This record gives sequence, structure tokens and C-alpha cells, in this order.
Amino acid sequence: MWKWIQKLASPKVFYETTNKLIPWFLWPFIALLILGLYWGLVLAPADYQQGESFRIMYIHVPSAWMSMLVYFIMAMAGGIGLIWQIKMAEVVAKVSAPIGASFTLMALVTGAVWGKPMWGTWWVWDARLTSELILLFLYLAYISLNNAFDNPKTAAKASSILAIVGLVNLPIIHYSVKWWNTLHQGSILEDLAEPSVHPDMLWPLIIMVFAFQFLYGVLALMNARDEVLVREQNSRWVRAVVTGEQS
Amino acid sequence: MTKRQNRMILVALLVFGVSLAGYFGIKAFNDNLLYFFTPTDVSEGKIPKGKSFRIGGLVQPGSVIRDDLLVFFTLTDNKKTIEVHFEGILPDLFKEGQGIVATGSVSDENFFLATEVLAKHDENYMPPEVAEALQNSSTKE
Repeated sequence: MWKWIQKLASPKVFYETTNKLIPWFLWPFIALLILGLYWGLVLAPADYQQGESFRIMYIHVPSAWMSMLVYFIMAMAGGIGLIWQIKMAEVVAKVSAPIGASFTLMALVTGAVWGKPMWGTWWVWDARLTSELILLFLYLAYISLNNAFDNPKTAAKASSILAIVGLVNLPIIHYSVKWWNTLHQGSILEDLAEPSVHPDMLWPLIIMVFAFQFLYGVLALMNARDEVLVREQNSRWVRAVVTGEQS
Repeated sequence: MTKRQNRMILVALLVFGVSLAGYFGIKAFNDNLLYFFTPTDVSEGKIPKGKSFRIGGLVQPGSVIRDDLLVFFTLTDNKKTIEVHFEGILPDLFKEGQGIVATGSVSDENFFLATEVLAKHDENYMPPEVAEALQNSSTKE
């Protein structure tokens, strides 16, 4: 297993292996997405208070969840890149940022759309909403910092430190609804033994969370492959790939 | 010490330092991060004087009086209550027993004059039939 990971850390092996790996993320994503959306939007019953509007949670909750998970992966990969100076870790961190930022934006937008009819406002500056907005800014700062350097090594070093500093925001987002009075409701996946969401509504949500995880896998792998080609553009194997020659 | 161990310690120190800063930051700002006060806070005088603030609690069942766009109701946190006056459009979820957050200030006559009322939704999601069954079983007890 360890040997296999070490091999994957070589850009060439990574490029060749992930080509076969992508369908293993793509097809489960498509299957789970169709199942989750149909179950969530058609089969699941309407909520006793919110009516049909509650269904936006099938996008909102997985997006918010992934916005934090992707940040965690990004910071971890950044840290691994800093300490062990593994090129592929730098690549994983770099390509995760725009994906995570998109998830964050999606969580914020779907939340606002839900908030207007339910709370009566698009936006409030409560601890949960504000900390999630800061997460978006962290992603954007990471992306700009990474693009500010010509040398990918320097860029990875600077942006990884930023990513690690921003890690402190994750527990704040998660516990914001517990530590302080917020307008945002508590976490619905808090107690898995006794969920606060009825099972008929919860199952499609769990399916959607997995669908989004596979989506991240697809997007990260595809972007990482492009990034590897750009970084290794001077090596012989990339030239062989681009010109279609047999290496 | 190898270079790698050096970097490992530096990253660990970075994480430690940032967590420490975060911890003290949160501690210092704790009160400012509260989105709303409760009726108990108001009766204990914890609210900022002469400023507009937010208050959260449950709409006491049977207390809502509507007169066109004017609404009067009692807000409770199951310990203390406060009278709320509001003129404007209420969110869909506003009803008796619902959690709400109101922005405004305490008037001289000791009622809360709200300029905005937001509904707070909790994390409980269920179909109407289940809610009804829950209601029935709780009234039987």
C-alpha cells in the first residue's frame, strides 16, 4: 500500500493511473446524483413547516459539508507538500481550491435563497453565515496567492502556509451554532443515532453527500492531470503524451 | 536534526500558534458573536443601553394580536417574557410557538419596539403527518 502511494506521488505514474481511476468516481457520482435528486425532490415528503422549500437542503447541506472537507484536504495536502516536499501534494492542494470555493459559494447562495422566504432575510451577520463567508475569502486568498508567483514551488509554499492558518476557521464554522446564539439552525447530522431529520428525508441527503464527494473526486483528478502536464511540460513523457508518440 | 524534521516542527508550531490565537480571539469576542439576546438577558440588564439590539425567543402561544400590519406579541425564553410591538411584514414561518429573532430597542414603557422580525428555524425536519402524530401524543400525556 505504502509503495503504491509512493509510486502515485510520481507525476508520470499519477498521470497514467488516474486516467483509469476517473470513471470509478464519475459513474458513482452520476448514479448517486440521479438517485439522490429523484428521492429528495420527488419521493421525500414535504416538511411540516417549510413545505417544499426545505428541499433546497439537498444541495445546501452537501455543498456546505464539502466546502469544509475540501478545505481540510487542501490544508493537509499543503502541509504534506511543505514538510515532505511531494510535488503531487502541492498539485492536490492547488486544484482543490477552486472546487472548494465553488462549493462554498453554492452553500452561501442556496442558503440565501432559502433564508429569504423562511427567515425573512437573504443574509444576516450571525456567526455561522459570517464564518462560512470567511471560508470563501480564504479560498479566494489562497487562489490569488498561488497565482501571484511564477515559480510553482514558491507559490505552493506561500499558499500552503495560508491554508494551514485558515484551518482555524473550520471548527469555528462547525461549532458556531453551538457556541453562540445564531439565526442559523443547529447541525442536522449532529447525532446520527437520533437524527433530527425524519428518515424519509434524511436518506436522500446522505446519498447527496456521497454524490458530492465523488464529484469532488472527479473534478480534482481531472484538474490535477492538467496541472501535472503544465508543471512537467519540459519532461520527455509529457511531450510524448502531447504529441501522441509512444514513449 | 534533518531539514524535514525542522519543517515538521515549523508547521506544527504554525498550527499551534494559530489555534492559540484563534482561541483567545474567540474568547475575547465571545459576547459580540452572540447574534441575539434572550428575554432573561433583558430583565437582567445585560443589553447594550440606548442601542438597537436583537432579541430571540419563542412567540408565546395565544399572545399574538394583529391589527392590519401592526402586530403585538409576547416573546418568551420559558423563564422571562417581554412584550414586542412590530409594524411590517412577517416571515412565512412566523406563528405562535415559533422561534423568532427581532431587531429593535426597548421603549420607555418597557416593551420591545421591533424594526425587523426574522423567523428562526430549528434543525427538526419531518413530514406533516409525523408532526401531527407528535403533537397528538404530547397532548395526550
